[in-house]
Amino acid sequence: MTMLSINNLHASVGDKPILKGLTLDVPAGEVHAIMGPNGAGKSTLSYVLTGRDGYEVTDGSATLDGVDLLGQAPEARAARGLYLSFQYPLEIPGVPALTFIRTAVNAQRKARGEAEISAPEFLKKARATAAALKIDFDMLKRALNVGFSGGEKKRMEIFQMAMLEPRFLILDETDSGLDIDALRIVSEGVNAMRSPDRAMLVITHYQRLLDYIKPDRVHVMSAGRIVASGGPELAHELEKDGYDKYVRAAA
Amino acid sequence: MSLAKAIETGDLTQLPSRRDEDWRWTDLRGLLRELPKRGASTGVPTEGPFAALGGDVWLYVDGRKPANDAAVAALASEDVIQLRFVATAGGAANASQGLLVEPGANVVLLESYEAPADQAVTSVELKIYVAEGASLERIVIVDDRAESVTVSQADVTLAPGASYAQTILTTGARRQRIETRVAHPGEGATVRLDGAYLLREQRHADLTTTVTHSGLDGQTSELTKGVVHDQARGVFQGRIVVEKGADQTDARMGHHALILSDKAEVDAKPELLIFADDVQCAHGNTVGALDENALFYARQRGIPLEEARALLTTAFVGEVVDRIQHEGAREVAAAWVAKQLGQAQ
Ligand SMILES: Nc1ncnc2c1ncn2[C@@H]1O[C@H](COP(=O)(O)OP(=O)(O)OP(=O)(O)O)[C@@H](O)[C@H]1O
Ligand SMILES: [Mg+2]
Repeated sequence: MTMLSINNLHASVGDKPILKGLTLDVPAGEVHAIMGPNGAGKSTLSYVLTGRDGYEVTDGSATLDGVDLLGQAPEARAARGLYLSFQYPLEIPGVPALTFIRTAVNAQRKARGEAEISAPEFLKKARATAAALKIDFDMLKRALNVGFSGGEKKRMEIFQMAMLEPRFLILDETDSGLDIDALRIVSEGVNAMRSPDRAMLVITHYQRLLDYIKPDRVHVMSAGRIVASGGPELAHELEKDGYDKYVRAAA
Repeated sequence: MSLAKAIETGDLTQLPSRRDEDWRWTDLRGLLRELPKRGASTGVPTEGPFAALGGDVWLYVDGRKPANDAAVAALASEDVIQLRFVATAGGAANASQGLLVEPGANVVLLESYEAPADQAVTSVELKIYVAEGASLERIVIVDDRAESVTVSQADVTLAPGASYAQTILTTGARRQRIETRVAHPGEGATVRLDGAYLLREQRHADLTTTVTHSGLDGQTSELTKGVVHDQARGVFQGRIVVEKGADQTDARMGHHALILSDKAEVDAKPELLIFADDVQCAHGNTVGALDENALFYARQRGIPLEEARALLTTAFVGEVVDRIQHEGAREVAAAWVAKQLGQAQ
């Protein structure tokens, strides 16, 4: 069944059209990769789907589980299970990572009408998750992302994802900034979340990530549209030949 | 010229006005056409904000001093004392108190301004002397009404080797000035002057400090933060004077405010007046909005907008709270701040 369905999506930032008729379906249980040149609008797509201010949808639709996404507040979309691993994670001064994540977990639970997570249960899960992602537990007591290295921030994105257990994951260049070991660890964390009722959109510039997180489909995005789609072999072809022919076709 | 004088004499021309440079953002003469009449007493709340922390409690009800209390009270050893200034009947009231922290003593002063009465005009004057090698930590919670007018002025004099620390937390009033003047002798004495104003609706708060360094080797650290909503107005005036000969002074002052609405206002005047050599003095002053990107990040994680705002603003003020040394007072302050900023604990 189609989980995320995007149809003819147009969106602008300021007055500048960035997404220009993007259509894409991601069925439950699948991982789809999006590749494309700098400035193609990949991050814009992730912000439009998650509801960032300043990204105006001018046409088209996007639904999750058949229900409209675009009319909802960002927090409501999150409570429905939509998660974005940011290309550039934000710093949250003064708020310890654990406090921030527990607040988020409980806010989502509340929105779904579920009971709060108990403190011991939360801590137990945080410890196990941190260990799996090789995150020093003390780091979770520091203000979220403040002074963290680029790679540590990316790891924290995956940590938050594992704690929140979202149903639809968007990973925006989660591999950038990660060292070789971290790439493997993070990929294992992501793979552990694969399941028949979850789906993922993995935005990346590098085929290497897709060796770890094996996509079912690969899409090429250029100038605000999906211009080609194929199996995992498409990523290899792009790695070899670049985007030239797609950019020209889109122009 | 002061509110205390005006209350004492009934002569409203004694009120500071906008023509007085140090009062230009906290005009009292233009505000008070007359002093309010005393009403029926509402009674004194049984517990002040620091009730759980113990120590002697001195109660100043509508300006009346506690019974058998000296004009200057000597504080020795490891005292915790609570000063509660409570306005129960409206009207205008003066209170004053002198405090002497004896040599070598370590005292914690927990001070609260409480206003069960709707309209009160209150002036409080404190004279504080901290003797050689003694320390005083003063934590002040000002919990006025929207219609209150309050001026609190503390004159603090330090002996060599003394240390003085204070944190003022306020939600403002119709007009409110909490002022601290410190005579700093250098000579190893240290001063920390912190504050936070958390203002909503049409409230006003003015945190004014003056520290005068007159000797070698003095240290001062100041941090004030403000969160201003609606049409509220925050005022910060911080003056550090380093007199001739007060060399090797180390003085730092920070004031940072978040403005959370288009109609809110913050007026800040940090001033360093340096007449000595070889000093380390710096000040930082920022006034801005909450980081929209951080707000979106929190919302993407499922934290609703209002809760995200409360989380970020509480964390912003947290830096001031964290500098409180006394653990119990720090916890009371943290809970009070979180409550004012709408964050459940
Ligand atoms: N706030 C903004 N104002 C104006 N233009 C913007 C804004 N944000 C993004 N853009 C433009 O939108 C286009 C798409 O940007 P986006 O970040 O979505 O690209 P991307 O595909 O994620 O690129 P990269 O691979 O470099 O991450 C770019 O041309 C960018 O300059
Ligand atoms: Mg991008």
